[in-house]
Amino acid sequence: MRNLMALLSGLLFGAGLALSGMMDPARVRGFLDIAGDWDPTLAFVMGGAVLVMALAWALQRRMHRPLACEDFALPGTRLIDARLIGGAALFGVGWGLGGLCPGPAIASLVFHPVSAGVFVAAMLAGMLAFRLVDTRRS
Amino acid sequence: MQSFPDAQPLHGLAGGVLIGLAGAVMLLGPGRIAGISGMTARVAGLSGGAPWPLAALFLAGLPAGALAVAALTGGIPAQFPPSLLLLAIAGLVTGVGTRLGSGCTSGHGVCGLSRLSPRSIVATLTFIATGMVTVALVNALGGGI
Repeated sequence: MRNLMALLSGLLFGAGLALSGMMDPARVRGFLDIAGDWDPTLAFVMGGAVLVMALAWALQRRMHRPLACEDFALPGTRLIDARLIGGAALFGVGWGLGGLCPGPAIASLVFHPVSAGVFVAAMLAGMLAFRLVDTRRS
Repeated sequence: MQSFPDAQPLHGLAGGVLIGLAGAVMLLGPGRIAGISGMTARVAGLSGGAPWPLAALFLAGLPAGALAVAALTGGIPAQFPPSLLLLAIAGLVTGVGTRLGSGCTSGHGVCGLSRLSPRSIVATLTFIATGMVTVALVNALGGGI
């Protein structure tokens, strides 16, 4: 059941990305281009998503356990440190350069295998590089 | 929306509601955050987290859901940067950044922001800010590599 719900979540997510225009890197960069021809569409996407998710969190707080698992597995850390800010800052640079974040990139693999493929392969390489450095340090 | 001729607020809102529903299904069903970078690292064997089949099915749903919309609407407009070098650099930086910062637009921007998580609020404001600076710099330098 939990696997079916994960698949359903992915399907809804992919459909939402496609419908919202977020699979168009030019449109995403248009949102980030406040000094130029600003395109506010992404703000509406975030607004709609956050509104629905806020309702989901309100429901979650009233539940003792999720519908398809024993326990909720939610991030508990509240630490705001250099890792968080540095990582988010780097991610923003990548997002601005390509106009792609991980979701739209993966959803685009079937439509633009070369462009999205290069991005996703490089993203996996970056994740691997981070893991190698991080494991050595700790 | 005369002042923003290219904007698609209604499509954006409708797509956003679907993305919110996706996050809700993941939260209330398997009890997890629908964080795409985390699920990707999990599927690639680069981190722990969700059970592997769960993460893999979630990721497989992304292109499948987009294909369904493409079939219904006749295609998804997309203009990619022509430079593969630029895309490779963007991907590399995105990969490192999302692991270091524990999330991307889905985990921090949608799931965390709506939970009023201080970490996610800081992360989201940070990546939007550096994204805006990056686009401004790229445009000032003539539009790309």
